[in-house]
Amino acid sequence: MSILVNEDTRILVQGITGHQGSFNAIQMQKFGSKVVAGTSPGKGGTDISGIKVYNTVRDAMNEEPNATFISVAAPYVLDAAKEAMYSGIDLIYILTEKVPYQDTMKIVSLANKLGKKVVGPNGPGVTSPFTCKLGIMPNQIFKRGKVGVISRSGTLTYEIVNQITTNGLGESTVVGLGGDPVTGMNYIDALEEFKHDEQTEAVAMVGEIGGTAEEEAAEYIRNKFNKPVVSYITGRSAPPGKRMGHAGAIISRGKGTAESKVKALEEAGVKVASYPYEIPSLLKEVLK
Amino acid sequence: MNLYEYQAKELFRKYGISIPIGKHAATDADLQWDRFPVVVKAQVLTGGRGKAGGIKFANNTSELQEKGKEILSMSIKGLKVRSLLLEEKLDIAKEYYVSITLDRSTKMPVIIASTSGGMEIEDVPDSKIVKYWIDPTIGYSSFVGREVAFRLGLTPEESKQFQDILGKIFALYEGYDCELVEINPLTVLKDGRIIAGDAKIVVDSDSLFRHKDLSENPAERTDLEELAFKKGYALVELGGDIGVIANGAGLTMATLDGLTLKGLKPKNFLDLGGSDDVEKVVGAFQILKEAKIRGILINIFGGVTHCDTVANGITEAKKRVGIDVPIVVRLSGVNEDLGRKILKENGIDAYSDMMDAIEETVQVVK
Repeated sequence: MSILVNEDTRILVQGITGHQGSFNAIQMQKFGSKVVAGTSPGKGGTDISGIKVYNTVRDAMNEEPNATFISVAAPYVLDAAKEAMYSGIDLIYILTEKVPYQDTMKIVSLANKLGKKVVGPNGPGVTSPFTCKLGIMPNQIFKRGKVGVISRSGTLTYEIVNQITTNGLGESTVVGLGGDPVTGMNYIDALEEFKHDEQTEAVAMVGEIGGTAEEEAAEYIRNKFNKPVVSYITGRSAPPGKRMGHAGAIISRGKGTAESKVKALEEAGVKVASYPYEIPSLLKEVLK
Repeated sequence: MNLYEYQAKELFRKYGISIPIGKHAATDADLQWDRFPVVVKAQVLTGGRGKAGGIKFANNTSELQEKGKEILSMSIKGLKVRSLLLEEKLDIAKEYYVSITLDRSTKMPVIIASTSGGMEIEDVPDSKIVKYWIDPTIGYSSFVGREVAFRLGLTPEESKQFQDILGKIFALYEGYDCELVEINPLTVLKDGRIIAGDAKIVVDSDSLFRHKDLSENPAERTDLEELAFKKGYALVELGGDIGVIANGAGLTMATLDGLTLKGLKPKNFLDLGGSDDVEKVVGAFQILKEAKIRGILINIFGGVTHCDTVANGITEAKKRVGIDVPIVVRLSGVNEDLGRKILKENGIDAYSDMMDAIEETVQVVK
């Protein structure tokens, strides 16, 4: 069946008249997603590639969206997410990077209390081949299959998805959690979804330095997960105290090293690749 | 972004948190004081400055001049001391600890407090530490301060002052989008007053658009990082001798890891980001031209960044920048064939597999 997004997902694009918003609205349409409306205050009544533009999310609810793609500038993300939650949207994906983490913390805290799901910020979104893409992943790398993919990266995720596809396997759903220190869904939330998804038979988990989300996921996999997991962790050569591109990719006060994550995952029975290209063969091993 | 102690104490003053009487001194001419003894503190963005000789006492003007100049000429852990903080010497009775920081696991701010202050909090046993998580939707309220003070076992007079300080540092934590506000030691004076002996603040760099009064402290970047920062690139200098250009933070890190596993030492992390711009590629080469390197590996998986754009960028860079070390290119993804064709016409064979490109890099720099 896939997780989070499927043929019933109806997408709203908040900030649809911006460069990212319009480009990705059209790309999502080309992928086959149902992009039902967009918002851009002051530009209501116009359209982008046949998608109706509204001034407010409340007006856009006319088109019955149940998921939103937020690509407004960083200072306005908190407001946009609140507007979406207030209007009744249940799945919120935030593309924007450089959102102050205290704003994200408020969004996530509120979403948890209201029973909403948040993906991102600063991630590529969620794709279920070939029913729905909510995000910015390249359209041509997917093949429908039984591997669930969870990652904190963008490009590295595409690299690994592409290898899974070209090696004859395919994906159920690919989830990009985002590269910030605070994000909505984390590995455990995505694993919990994959656990109940019949299409998914194995999971590839792509991790990186910073924080302890991979270690916590390892604990969850050991005790509560029922499907094989393989992994790749990047940032083995990163020095402590330096932010490696992603705001969240930093080893601070000795916490968040690649070694610690690899060790925790291996102790939980997860096969960990040394190089990205090893992921498909590890998947084939565990899927036997 | 890390703030210097004197900058952090300025923010403490703004929020009404008690600090010692003090003065920032950036030059020899500022080394004046009128109520001795005085403490002379090096302003550097690293811990352990006391042990390194960066904190000294002076009893009169000539001692102040002598010790001030001495510390101003020091480097601590490789960081040049650029200024000093002169402060009244405190009559210390006890040293406590308090901080507010992000707990990434719970996605909430956490208050960490202890009556064992003055040392690194990592060295204080858990039994002597009080932790209290703040729900971001509920926020800080007086009950939080009361509970933390009770759990620390403070006297009523201490408790009142502590709660006042905690409320104010939380306001500062939120008001300035901090990643960390730390007071260590939180000093209890012999007359019973509690004041901030030291001050450490880290501000979320992504929030600077709403804190126009703060500007980035340049001291945290190396020359190469500063050059890249000014040109708008995410670059981290690593100290090896293989230049790296890739797209996406994760793929860039994976490229560094691959080189390292094969025995090479990367010079840098350089992420082209989600751009599709020939000039962005050329600019990356202009930065690496300033670095001492033996070769360059370019690893691109085309998505938002198209392979043909990168190929045109590499071709332009070869013409305009004049790179005299070997260049190895890997292109895969969107417009890969077109990109490879453009490079071929300019005498470069691009790889489509990342591992092949890493192996080739090992060969060409031998």
